[in-house]
Amino acid sequence: MSNIVAKTGNEAMAEAMRQINPDVVAAYPITPATEIVQIFSSFVSDGKIDTIFVPTESEHSAISACIGAAAAGARVMTGTSSQGLALMHEILFIAAGLRLPMVICEVNRALSAPINIHCDHSDTMASRDAGWIQIFSEDPQEAYDQTILGMKLSEDIFFPVMVSTDGFIISHAMSRLEMFDDKDVQAFIGEHKTPYNILDTEKPITVGSIVLQDYYMEIRTQMAHEMAKAKEKIKEAYAEFNKKMKKNYSVVEAYFMDDAEYAIVALGSSAGSARYICERLRAKGEKVGVVKPRVFRPFFDREMVAILENAKGIAVLDRSDMMSSTGGHLFNELKSAFYRNEKQPPMRDYIYGLGGRDLTIGDIENLVEDIKSFSKKQGNEQDVKYITVRE
Amino acid sequence: MKKNWKELDIALVVKRGGTAQDFKTGDWRSSKPEWNGEKCKQCLICWLFCPDSSIEVKDGKMTGIDYEHCKGCGICAKECPFKAIEMKEEKK
Repeated sequence: MSNIVAKTGNEAMAEAMRQINPDVVAAYPITPATEIVQIFSSFVSDGKIDTIFVPTESEHSAISACIGAAAAGARVMTGTSSQGLALMHEILFIAAGLRLPMVICEVNRALSAPINIHCDHSDTMASRDAGWIQIFSEDPQEAYDQTILGMKLSEDIFFPVMVSTDGFIISHAMSRLEMFDDKDVQAFIGEHKTPYNILDTEKPITVGSIVLQDYYMEIRTQMAHEMAKAKEKIKEAYAEFNKKMKKNYSVVEAYFMDDAEYAIVALGSSAGSARYICERLRAKGEKVGVVKPRVFRPFFDREMVAILENAKGIAVLDRSDMMSSTGGHLFNELKSAFYRNEKQPPMRDYIYGLGGRDLTIGDIENLVEDIKSFSKKQGNEQDVKYITVRE
Repeated sequence: MKKNWKELDIALVVKRGGTAQDFKTGDWRSSKPEWNGEKCKQCLICWLFCPDSSIEVKDGKMTGIDYEHCKGCGICAKECPFKAIEMKEEKK
């Protein structure tokens, strides 16, 4: 049974949190993610759920409280964005290193300076090496579904999960949402699973002890191997979600890619605009396709290459810059993925939409034309191009 | 034998209590407290101040220093009212 409603991305994530009914939510408000935990706190105060809601004095404390609760065997969630995620940065690594399951509902927003409250992916990308699973959503529906999926996944693989939406574009835009029954969500996520429990007095343990030259290398190596192994488990989790919840998700979505000559690769909300242009160009007989990675960490390199290697040109859309002179995060991952691959299609990075600058349909049409000409005269132009910017 | 990465417990959780004793911090010492039993009046101020529980006490009386864990901080020697503990250079 499902229920069709109209919800914004923030409302959709708050509803997913309500249906998950975590034991503990510790949070601090920040635009544009405030509503997620604000709405959620109303569910708690209205007695709809029995979560312990901890309003902390900062995001650093919020994620720290989440770690404490998770280590004590609780199912935990929180929500944040931008500077809030940046303030959590130190603790993100600890959550992952302690292998504690939890979900952050993260709303992508630019990082200061200059101060800006609108969407880009700088915040989430800056935490890409923390050891979290990172999932991008295109619309409120994906945000809702993947929050539920993320909770189950996190407890299956004992890595924390960050499910993101795009600030304002998704977080504050209302669209059709198909919600599950509460009991179906509970049945899907199942019994809470935890790697250990510090409150088990029968078996006292120490968590987070100091480890110097003697064991740090070993435990980080183990974590890296577990993350690599998690790729198959993430695919299985999506397959299980599709089967039980009647959906059709994959870790990397390929749209009209079977015979595509030119491909647009995009994360989050921009993938929808890219699909619209793809359909328009297909109607004119142009062989254009779209690739949307839903999961960015771990990076599904082989899957991406398999989908993209036969293209004549690949246009990568990056809503974040690494400030390294070599382009954005998605572009750099994809370039690395193609290393040693026999086929090396021309690839160009388009850095766009920083600080919420709109990416219009016209911009995407232009970049399809650009990648065509770039591919034909490869080597003569810069690999990285800044678009949606006044020149 | 130290375990390899495949053998370690998740997140390197320590699965029993009292393991700090297994960590021989005496290796860190660069100066060493030496106790003179004849000067000692058994006031146990050294025992009270030692941050590493390295003053050995039996039946209410100080009996010596646990050199496996003493880091040689010198607090005991500084606090002793009877100069019964003296810091000497550690020779290894």
